Amino acid sequence: MTFLQHRLDNGLEIIAEVSPEAYTAAYAFVVATGSRDETDAEAGLSHFLEHMAFKGTPRRSAEEVNRELDEIGSQANAFTSEEQTVYYLAVLPEYQQRAIDILADMMRPSLREDDFNTEKQVILEEIKKYDDEPPYGAYDRGKFLHFGNHPLGRSVLGTTESVSSLTPEQMRDYFRRRYSPGNMFVVAAGRVDFDRLVADVEKWCGGWEPVETSRETATPRTGTAFEVKKHEAAFQEYIIEMADSPSAKMPDRFAARVLATIVGDDSGSRFFWELIDTGRAEYAVMSSYEYLDAGLFLTYLCCRPEAAAENLQLLRQIEKKTQADGVTARELELAQSKICSHVVLKSERPINRLFSVGANWLQLREYWTVKQAIEAYRSVSLDDVHRVLEHFPLTRCTTVAVGPLDQLGGTTINTCRDVP
Amino acid sequence: MSDLIHTHVCSNNMAVLGESMPWLESAALTIVLPAGCVWDPVDRLGLANLTCEMAERGAGSRDSRQFLEQLELLGADWSSSVSAAHTSFGAAMPADRLSDVLPLFADLTRRPRLPEEQLEEARQSCLHELHALEDDLAQRVMAALRRHFFPDPWGRLPEGDEAALQTATHGEVREFCQGHYRAGEAILGVAGKIHWTATLEQIESLWGDWDSGSSAPLVTTEPSYGYHHIEHDSAQTHIAVACSAVPFRDPDFYQARGAVGVLSDGMSSRLFTEVREKRGLCYTVSASCHTLRDRGAIFCYAGTTPDRAQETLDVVLAELRRLNAGVQADELRRLKARIKSVLIMQQESSRARSGQIVGSWYHLGRVQSLDEVRQIIDGLTCDSINDYLTRHPLDDFTVVTLGPRPLEVNT
Repeated sequence: MTFLQHRLDNGLEIIAEVSPEAYTAAYAFVVATGSRDETDAEAGLSHFLEHMAFKGTPRRSAEEVNRELDEIGSQANAFTSEEQTVYYLAVLPEYQQRAIDILADMMRPSLREDDFNTEKQVILEEIKKYDDEPPYGAYDRGKFLHFGNHPLGRSVLGTTESVSSLTPEQMRDYFRRRYSPGNMFVVAAGRVDFDRLVADVEKWCGGWEPVETSRETATPRTGTAFEVKKHEAAFQEYIIEMADSPSAKMPDRFAARVLATIVGDDSGSRFFWELIDTGRAEYAVMSSYEYLDAGLFLTYLCCRPEAAAENLQLLRQIEKKTQADGVTARELELAQSKICSHVVLKSERPINRLFSVGANWLQLREYWTVKQAIEAYRSVSLDDVHRVLEHFPLTRCTTVAVGPLDQLGGTTINTCRDVP
Repeated sequence: MSDLIHTHVCSNNMAVLGESMPWLESAALTIVLPAGCVWDPVDRLGLANLTCEMAERGAGSRDSRQFLEQLELLGADWSSSVSAAHTSFGAAMPADRLSDVLPLFADLTRRPRLPEEQLEEARQSCLHELHALEDDLAQRVMAALRRHFFPDPWGRLPEGDEAALQTATHGEVREFCQGHYRAGEAILGVAGKIHWTATLEQIESLWGDWDSGSSAPLVTTEPSYGYHHIEHDSAQTHIAVACSAVPFRDPDFYQARGAVGVLSDGMSSRLFTEVREKRGLCYTVSASCHTLRDRGAIFCYAGTTPDRAQETLDVVLAELRRLNAGVQADELRRLKARIKSVLIMQQESSRARSGQIVGSWYHLGRVQSLDEVRQIIDGLTCDSINDYLTRHPLDDFTVVTLGPRPLEVNT
């Protein structure tokens, strides 16, 4: 496995983890833009633009984009988050040139008005789809309460109202500001012909004009809040907790992930033995998620409404006890071996390596081998985990419950946001 | 490639399959037992699932915590599930751990403790799975479609029903386990960086003396085709459509698969183009082949807002019918490219292959290599698919909708 990198004159970077023995290759354009880069009037625009990249370019109609992605047998898709928009595909190595041609072309979409209007309907359907799915908006609501006015509190999808009022002009303007070559990069993994890749990216993207881009990266002042939102049609109660965790830039992120595994992995964790093995809840899981300047311990609890108050109390007791007493050496060992094995198994597919290499590059401009990642997890000590607990208490959290209940454990609806 | 595939049938009729994938660092195993929900007594729907849940609560010399911890220490990422035909257990792990994980799976399948004191916890877990379905509207409408389209017990939901789960006893769990966790009709597949001879020897020593057992024949009833609506106050109307197709074991299966691929594989497929891209009616629309041993189906799903649901259903049905007029050369060319790359991507996953070789054995009684599938795909022509569609046209649709209002099924 070799890591290679190159930078075009206009600032577009190309990075690759090349594995000549792989059967496939994966490629992506990663744009450092997402919901945190939108204004109120632009809510949902990054994600909408991601859809529009598939709707045609000066060189290709929408049908031709879709058809050509299929012609090369690619598994292609895209996603948008708070901080990034990623267009990716996995393909057989012989199609690299065509894959880059299409992907690069998609990065300069036409944004035609009639396509915009048709696609807006698809986005509105997507929003409705999530309205029907657990946890029924609890995640967006929790982020809003936890991050307050900080851009990380914005919804990726936007709302029916915000998306309905978006215009093609707004999108073109946002595109000009955000899709600058210096604000994106090309990442590849697997059986990649790097020289060819650089030549092709130069050919298709070398003429893109750079513009100045920036993003507000002030560390958010997070708050705590407790809110119960009634959703009549739901059968079960869904509870989300958000607590601060280390950001992507903090070395303690590895200890935080180990801690989340000990407390809330879907199997063999403290939550598991107390809430799942006992049949109290359908699921109770915690994970650690990192942004550039913040992090979240994200907890999901789902159970019957009549058991929700008691289960939430049990969950909090576990968090409190972890906070007070820490974790054991045995738990640390089990979590490390679980995580490391997972990292190794996942790394067999170039598409998974693509996401991992891309995420590290986006957040840190660093390349991490699988071995380095494993080493980072293996070297987490009890002290590291306990330091994370000290700086990022699990007990200081925002809670949102959505489901049949209009109150939880005698607590009435309370949307107060308490910022220290 | 086929010299990398190994098969063996133990004297107790358990099939042992292997696929060497020396380019990987991982190994995976899948074991399926003839303990699917089709064997649930009619007044105990969900018993197979409850038994599976109980089996995971300790086996052999280990209680449930010791058992799980051992798997975690070995880095085995494991799972279990119950389908119509089978209870399945599987795990993927670093290749050098396979020989340590196999004895744990022998305990799990042969010597589950089924601890009586944990029956209530297990029952609650199963009830949670059933309740989760209430809020998963897409899955719920597809489950209803399956129930209406396939004859009972093959259309059943593994999650069972609430009343049956509430009353199932520990004795019934034990009896189900004794009757259906057995070597006859069990299939064990291992794939990845394996040493076949040594692995087979170990498997023989772990499972070779397991009882073969037997199951009583199943009694099946007639499906309830037609249109069914489930009223629900949801933001979208969820639409499910089924029609019959040949099963996997039929020599024509890949003709049907090719036709469905033109309909739904990729972003240039007909459903995606006509329903989503041109009309913006849906975010999700798809069709796929479903197969039992002796019958197959094409299932289709679309979710859309209630006001646009009638148009969506009309367009979906029109596309299903239009397929009968035949597929085009450029559509087939794209489909072949897609399937070819999917097949190669499967070579990157020991977990995918251990499951596939087991599935192949269940349906065909032999293991189909990826090379063989590739040759079949290469051999598909528009004429062969269109000939299939003439003989097996998509018609007589069964439709289930879930949402605020029923729809008209225009024939």
